Amino acid sequence: MRSAKNQEYGIGVGLRLPHIGHILAERPVVSWFEIISENYMVDGGRPLQVLDQILEQYQVVQHGVSMYLGSAEKLNRDHLKRLKSLVRRTGTPWVTDHLCWGSVDGRYTHDLLPMPYTFEAAKWTAQKVRQAQDYLEVPVAVENVSSYAEFHVSEMTEWEFLNEVVERADCGVLLDVNNIYVSSQNHGFDAVEYLDAVPAERVMQIHLAGHSKFEKYILDTHDHPVVEPVWALYERAIERCGATPTLLEWDDQIPSFDELQHEAMKAAQYLPAVACR
Amino acid sequence: MRLLEFQRVIAASLMSGESGAAKLIRPSARLTAAERLEIYQRSYWFRLRDALAEDFPGLRAVVGKRRFVRLTDAYLRECPSRSFTLRDLGSQLVCWLEAKPELLGPRAELALDMARLEWAHIEAFDGAAEPLLDPERLQDLRAGLQPYVTLLALHYAVDALRVRVDDGGADRKVGRVRRQELYVAVHRVDGSVYYRRLEREEFRILEGLRQGRSIAAAIDEGFAGSRRDAGEIAGLIEQWFANWSRLGWLTGRTNTKRTGR
Repeated sequence: MRSAKNQEYGIGVGLRLPHIGHILAERPVVSWFEIISENYMVDGGRPLQVLDQILEQYQVVQHGVSMYLGSAEKLNRDHLKRLKSLVRRTGTPWVTDHLCWGSVDGRYTHDLLPMPYTFEAAKWTAQKVRQAQDYLEVPVAVENVSSYAEFHVSEMTEWEFLNEVVERADCGVLLDVNNIYVSSQNHGFDAVEYLDAVPAERVMQIHLAGHSKFEKYILDTHDHPVVEPVWALYERAIERCGATPTLLEWDDQIPSFDELQHEAMKAAQYLPAVACR
Repeated sequence: MRLLEFQRVIAASLMSGESGAAKLIRPSARLTAAERLEIYQRSYWFRLRDALAEDFPGLRAVVGKRRFVRLTDAYLRECPSRSFTLRDLGSQLVCWLEAKPELLGPRAELALDMARLEWAHIEAFDGAAEPLLDPERLQDLRAGLQPYVTLLALHYAVDALRVRVDDGGADRKVGRVRRQELYVAVHRVDGSVYYRRLEREEFRILEGLRQGRSIAAAIDEGFAGSRRDAGEIAGLIEQWFANWSRLGWLTGRTNTKRTGR
């Protein structure tokens, strides 16, 4: 399942608007950038102009936020068509999106809503992942989301559900260790037990991020540095999965590019040297 | 409960703010089921309100923050998002507001003009571009207009007002704005969006081209009733076509995108 190219991808950072001028002017050394696919699934104009300039210099991996593989409705053909066109433009070695739902009856919530962990949902989601993978003609990896609710109908744990989906779909995993931490704190499960159950051979990419702690729960806000317990989970993930392309997400209160890159490069101490380029 | 039914119940609670879906949620050691649901409900409304505020800062400045929240909440209840991208969230707003001007308060006409301009701004930013008109094909006597160009017949100088809002006036109260008829094209050059004021005849010719008229017919209609003399008209036509070509507005394909009024 792992992409043959993935050893070429070390530590990446998310491409965000406030940094684009700096990146194009200074051309900092970065292994790869992750783009939010939907920001570039447009018909024309500046987003695609900027993307083409980035592609002249850097490797790019696409990360989506609205395929909604777990929604009970069929895949959106217009979305898939635009996504494939972008895949061809970027040459992304794989495509990621979330193991979640977010739309129903054609109405979109624009949120990453947690799945009910049922066999019916796993089977349906896996079927959609397979369809997406077949259509896009690149490997697809699904990301575990942060969650703030659990459902009475669930028939298994989140990590059992993840396994059920990726085995049925024969797809990759984008392992977000911060999301495991956030959900473990919100739901009271053991994050290491979750991590140890993830099929290591399917992990194509890892996400790191910061979060915000409130009195009764933790929110996945991507607006802080990575906390120590999340680095510990990352270390454990690398022990299990080996050198894996790693990306730091930072989406709010975005620091300077240099600060962002400094935070991302902390991951290098956990990675074998070959992956730190 | 099947997956579809389950998701319908949750989505209905998020979009209505009601707590029906709480029955599906397990409480945690620290939060009740309703409190857990509320995290998602708040997130839904904050995200969508923020997206509309970001896309329509001029409308928000004209109607005021409170009225803006009231009208966008009502809009989202009646027109929930039908697109995978938040970029399209405001696509129905102008049409919806035209049918409910009372929600816009005492300056409804000004607010509507601003909403039209701001939606045109979004279209100009990332709308499709057609191949440019091949000068060799001018003999066909037809030309189209780039899909990303929106033509607006306005009643207030909302173009200048929007620039002031962008320059930091979003939280300042919008003072008295004089009513005036004006014509504006919202377009882009090198990825940046611009507002270009047009002469009335210029607007009418472009409108004619957009509607698929031949160049000759569009010019005839554009200058119908004009008091300009033939020499002046010839000069203007030459100047305008040169400008439109330089700006990349003219395409080889005719199209019928709506003109905003």
